[in-house]
Amino acid sequence: MPDHADPAAEPGGPAAHRAGVPARAIDPDVDLRVPPQAAELRRAPWSTLGAIALGGALGALARAGVTAGVPRPPGGFPWAVLGVNTTGCLLIGALMVLVAETPRAPRLARPFLGTGVLGGFTTFSAYAVDIRALLDEGRPAAAFGYAAGTLAAALLAVAAGVRATRRLVRRLVRPAERGSGR
Amino acid sequence: MTILLIALGGALGAPLRYLADRAVQARHGGVFPWGTLTVNVAGSALLGFLAALPVGGVAMAFAGTGLCGALTTYSTFGYETLRLAEDGARLPAVLNAAGSVAGGLAAACCGAWAAAAVSG
Repeated sequence: MPDHADPAAEPGGPAAHRAGVPARAIDPDVDLRVPPQAAELRRAPWSTLGAIALGGALGALARAGVTAGVPRPPGGFPWAVLGVNTTGCLLIGALMVLVAETPRAPRLARPFLGTGVLGGFTTFSAYAVDIRALLDEGRPAAAFGYAAGTLAAALLAVAAGVRATRRLVRRLVRPAERGSGR
Repeated sequence: MTILLIALGGALGAPLRYLADRAVQARHGGVFPWGTLTVNVAGSALLGFLAALPVGGVAMAFAGTGLCGALTTYSTFGYETLRLAEDGARLPAVLNAAGSVAGGLAAACCGAWAAAAVSG
């Protein structure tokens, strides 16, 4: 049993491995080093791609709704895209903890919510094009502030989403496991 | 109509990202997220091109807001960067962050130059 040889080796690792999605996944869209994810396109191509497509459509619509509600005025700052990307990063952090560290997470939860909804909601292309637009308007400070500010806010949001959800899961799940005689 | 085109673009862009990510990651065994970097740079080039042409509202809703928006992702990029750093791969994390921002911006500029060349 090489998988469970040393249960204390790494927090979250072996427990998550039993759930089929090790916490070691780096790529939340699809990590080919995770066997069930590597096999999902061959095993269930249409439900996987369909869930991603439906999620992508919903995510893109939600983003369009936000950017239409908070339009960037000429000479303004792309606050809407910054908010969308930061919110999406907070949610992917929470989602990946729930999917990777919760037993029996639904198979399509990651493709639909992570790859589809959050991947479609957040965007890198508008981020890159807006940095260029700010530079084009002769506002290098705003361009740098937008580029670095989004990056910092996004990474802090992912970390906050991961940590808060891990703490919540630990508080809710672990006592139940102890109660059931583990 | 615009809403339908954005949804259609999103429904194409997200699976395209998934398939491209798989295709790129299958070519190497390392942890570095080349797949996400690839779609983010490619999508930034395409949106840079479309924004500089500029195309009409209908085409922009489908190809820009929908397709490019869903093909590229900040959530996946952010999560990967954090996970690399968490795993002790500090240098790859920094290179992924800096490379994605620099690569995306360079790609957006190349797209805009291509648009200027095409529209002459």
